[in-house]
Amino acid sequence: MSASVSPTVTSPAATPEEGNSLWHDAWLRLRKNRLAVFGGVVLVFVALACFVGPFLSPYGYEEQNLDLGASAPSAAHWLGTDTLGRDLLVRLLYGGRVSLGVGLAATFVALTIGVVYGAVAGYSGGKRDAFMMRAVDIMYSLPFTIFVILLMVFFGRNIILLFVAIGAVEWLTMARIVRGQVMSVKRMEFIEAARSLGFGRRRIIFRHILPNILGPIIVYTTLTIPGVMLLEAFLSFLGLGVQPPMSSWGVLIKDGAEKMEEFPWLLIFPGTVFSLTLFSLNFLGDGLRDALDVRASKD
Amino acid sequence: MTRRFLFLSLATALLVGGCKPRDAATPAAGAAGATAGSRVLHLGNGTEPQDLDPQIVTGVPENKIVNALFEGLVAYGPSGQGTIPAAAASWSISEDGLVYTFNLQPNGRWSNGDPVTAADFVGSYRRILNPKLASEYASKLYPVVGAREFHEGKLQDFSKTGFKALDARTLQITLKRPTSFLIESLKHYAWFPVHLPTVEKFGGLERKGTAWTKPGNLVGNGPYLLTEWAMQQRVIVDQSPTYWDRAALRTDRIIFYPTENIETEERMFRTGQLHKTNELPLDKTDVYRREQPESLRIDPLLGIYFFRINLTRPPLNDKRIRRALALAINREVIVEKVTRQNQQPAYNACPPMESFKSPVRLTGDLAEARRLLAEAGYPEGKGLRPIELLYNTSQNHKKIAEALQQMWRQNLGINVSLVNQEWKVYLDSQDTLSYDLSRAGWIADYVDPNTFFDLWRTGDGNNDTGFSNAEYDRLLEEALGTSDQAARRALYARMDAILMDELPIIPLYFYTRTYAANPRLQAPPNLVETPNYKFIYLRD
Amino acid sequence: MLRFFASRLLQSLLALIIIITATFFMLRFVPGGPFTSEKAVTPEILRNLEAHYGLDQPLWKQYVDYLGSLAQGDFGPSFKYPNRTVNEILADKLPVSLELGFLSLLVALLIGLPLGILAAVRRNTWVDYVGSSFGMVGISIPTFVVGPLLVLAFAIHLGWFNASGWYSPIDRVLPCLVLGIAYAAPISRLTRGGMLEVLSQDFIRTARAKGASELRVVLRHSLKGGLLPVVSFLGPAIAGILTGSFVIETIFQIPGIGREFVNSAFNRDYTLVLGTVILYAVLIMALNLAADVVQAWMNPKVRLEA
Repeated sequence: MSASVSPTVTSPAATPEEGNSLWHDAWLRLRKNRLAVFGGVVLVFVALACFVGPFLSPYGYEEQNLDLGASAPSAAHWLGTDTLGRDLLVRLLYGGRVSLGVGLAATFVALTIGVVYGAVAGYSGGKRDAFMMRAVDIMYSLPFTIFVILLMVFFGRNIILLFVAIGAVEWLTMARIVRGQVMSVKRMEFIEAARSLGFGRRRIIFRHILPNILGPIIVYTTLTIPGVMLLEAFLSFLGLGVQPPMSSWGVLIKDGAEKMEEFPWLLIFPGTVFSLTLFSLNFLGDGLRDALDVRASKD
Repeated sequence: MTRRFLFLSLATALLVGGCKPRDAATPAAGAAGATAGSRVLHLGNGTEPQDLDPQIVTGVPENKIVNALFEGLVAYGPSGQGTIPAAAASWSISEDGLVYTFNLQPNGRWSNGDPVTAADFVGSYRRILNPKLASEYASKLYPVVGAREFHEGKLQDFSKTGFKALDARTLQITLKRPTSFLIESLKHYAWFPVHLPTVEKFGGLERKGTAWTKPGNLVGNGPYLLTEWAMQQRVIVDQSPTYWDRAALRTDRIIFYPTENIETEERMFRTGQLHKTNELPLDKTDVYRREQPESLRIDPLLGIYFFRINLTRPPLNDKRIRRALALAINREVIVEKVTRQNQQPAYNACPPMESFKSPVRLTGDLAEARRLLAEAGYPEGKGLRPIELLYNTSQNHKKIAEALQQMWRQNLGINVSLVNQEWKVYLDSQDTLSYDLSRAGWIADYVDPNTFFDLWRTGDGNNDTGFSNAEYDRLLEEALGTSDQAARRALYARMDAILMDELPIIPLYFYTRTYAANPRLQAPPNLVETPNYKFIYLRD
Repeated sequence: MLRFFASRLLQSLLALIIIITATFFMLRFVPGGPFTSEKAVTPEILRNLEAHYGLDQPLWKQYVDYLGSLAQGDFGPSFKYPNRTVNEILADKLPVSLELGFLSLLVALLIGLPLGILAAVRRNTWVDYVGSSFGMVGISIPTFVVGPLLVLAFAIHLGWFNASGWYSPIDRVLPCLVLGIAYAAPISRLTRGGMLEVLSQDFIRTARAKGASELRVVLRHSLKGGLLPVVSFLGPAIAGILTGSFVIETIFQIPGIGREFVNSAFNRDYTLVLGTVILYAVLIMALNLAADVVQAWMNPKVRLEA
């Protein structure tokens, strides 16, 4: 499925230096990356607009005006209306809440499972690690599209389930990355020190190791969100998106794509906002990777 | 970088494509498979046909191809309506309306040269009624003596059924009771003959899905012969050299294209790949009206779009609430603003047809709807739980459901939530009565009111509403046995009145079939989408 | 080496059985069956139908029977298309998807690799920015938008191509371009990342110091290492691209396996779903293995571990 291609990440090796200055340096480097800064600003703006915008709009997302029908952008409807005469702007903002929400929530699920799984495997090593990573390999070869479809068919259009299902698909790569990082960090002296102090495994993993591999995790997270949002769009293409009359960017773009000749604004605006958001997330992710990648920054 | 890419893609395009713009009326040579000039038809045909065995298939796309390959006893006439001889040259009906005698075409031949005999028909009916074949449309033959019993395994001896070959060219069919729509229903493919020796050769009479329907193997008695069947690509049929009425055919070859995505299909029409689409996207209808009205066709179609109501669930078991819901819909607004394909608003349960125009009409206004709702204990919708409206995944159903949701909220204060289910789940929910309101449609199998009223018989497999009315069932039985047309019409009107009083369904509109077609294409509209290819051709 | 392959084969077999079992039972618990249709059939007919296909047997027996016929290479009959077996359908459609996938991959590599390399070499210049932006286009616009757009422009307005179909060589251009662009994006990003990593290493600095030309530095010294991440991405990506893309195949009416993959699930065509799932799983496992082998060949530091 082209829509579910998620960019994988080469794991940049973060070495634990003096924490504060590392983050400070990274911040300085990030600020110099104009594309990343642009991405960050756009993201903040889009998120704010989606959150606040609907409160300021005189229209509801499901409020129809059948007499008006599809109308081009005007003073009353800044982005025009859809074929049922609903205000596109407010539907776009509500849709943004759903799409960004799905993106964030699914990524959170993926993050939680992936980090815990990867950390446990990487820290344990040996047979347990081998077994856990083989399991991941097996799951990689599962055709998840089918499973997501079956899940959606089975449980109906439950948006919570959508989060969980997508999250459950996306955690594998995260687990691999985290495991690799943990393997390289756990041999470091300060971990040995913590172990000799008799700290428990859980404490060592979560208090000492994870903070040192935050870089790659953050980078991969920003790159997972766009993948998830595309998957949501793909599900909308199949008609398995959110339950109407609610909207999401995927639903709006699918509708718009079908009417692009008659009512181009129905595709142009949602498409632009969607792409801009994905652009921004990717730029930010790339910027963060460059900024946090210690090896690349040494020259 | 981007410029370079654009250049690259343009160069590729130029290299491979050349750049001659195509005349929109001539299909692309590549798609046409380059044959016999202008007498080739390119038709969009909906989904990929499941099979081409007339005793196995169940869908409209299959129907359109099967009608090219096989021929029933009778067929639709030049206007798309009426009855003309087909495999039967003539027929007579006994006084009591029970015995039908068909004289087959004297020079009727299968595509391998064998004569089409009465024994072929009888043998075919024996095959479709064989329980082991598990044919889904075998029940179409139930009006005949012994057919149902044989199909259910209660009768073993097929010679005791009402199918008889009196001689090689004379077929006699005896019915259980007068069935006035029998001739109409003979146009359904379940009644078409198959070439038994061929079926036998490729795996036997009791197995479905054998290779006998593949190109080269298939032997039919229809005007066309199967030449190619590339799955998800196209089905090509060419004139059959043995067809008895070959002189009447004005098309040499027909190519059917599976067109599952209606946006894609419409684009195929515009690049000239198709002479006729199967459907037209809702939003494109207005564009065609405006810009190329000569290509837009809106044909009548014998079907109704309605909502089932689950009568077993409170509060919808209260007739007053059902009536309130039915009255609060502005059907004119739906057909004029939402569906926009010249559909007729429906105020009763059966679309008008030549043999029956129902006098029943659901009447009442918004004030009455509000009053009924208040009477039922929910003034202005207060206290009423949210009602779920179920529909299957589709752009059009979604749009209609959203519009209705708004109407019910504004007009009655009722909160309706939309539940969108994927096709098979939706059918399952309907079947197990796990819904409140459910969007539904019914297209007639044959032109007779019975096909619409039979649905609401107690316990009918398609009832799915919990509706059960003894009086209604009695009237239905009575109508089946009545051969006097006026008396039958009166009975159906009474049934319609019961339905519009009890409201197990809310009718919304009567279907039309909207599609794009080459202005030169001659294709008479048919109410049940059963083509007669003698009358479908490109005018010069 | 032999041990490596043997153990991978064993693992793959185990994984396959898990996948088959999970799919088999999940399908049966989803509402609706292959014979659920709008015009309901009588209970007798439904019983006959189920008996015809052996669906009246207890579930465990159906499962065992299925595995049995699978062991003989028989995927069973299709429920949706009664006169075709799943074997026939797969054999019919796989070549189409392979062709679509191969050509698209070619497009993706031809666009993605040069873009990624250039962006890395000219890091943080306008070349990088424009290249990266283009790369993003592929990831940020869904194919179901790009596809119809290209059809409108090149097929309808310019009249160069058919709007859809898979009949003549010229019909390959648009779908392969759309699918290729979608995959070019991740490839160019991964190439850029990998190249950056390699270019910052000491041996490159040495090469530069010795006066090697920039072109030589890139092509001779960095490319092999820089493409490592691309190779590991290509494993699963090729499987995805080869088993077809549902969206592209739907929009362009291409008779490939991607459409069957999704539609068979909607049709509850149990055997066809299982057939496509198995095909996909085998492909992806084989390609992952291939990716591992290639990586080991490209990077001496990676060893093949069982």
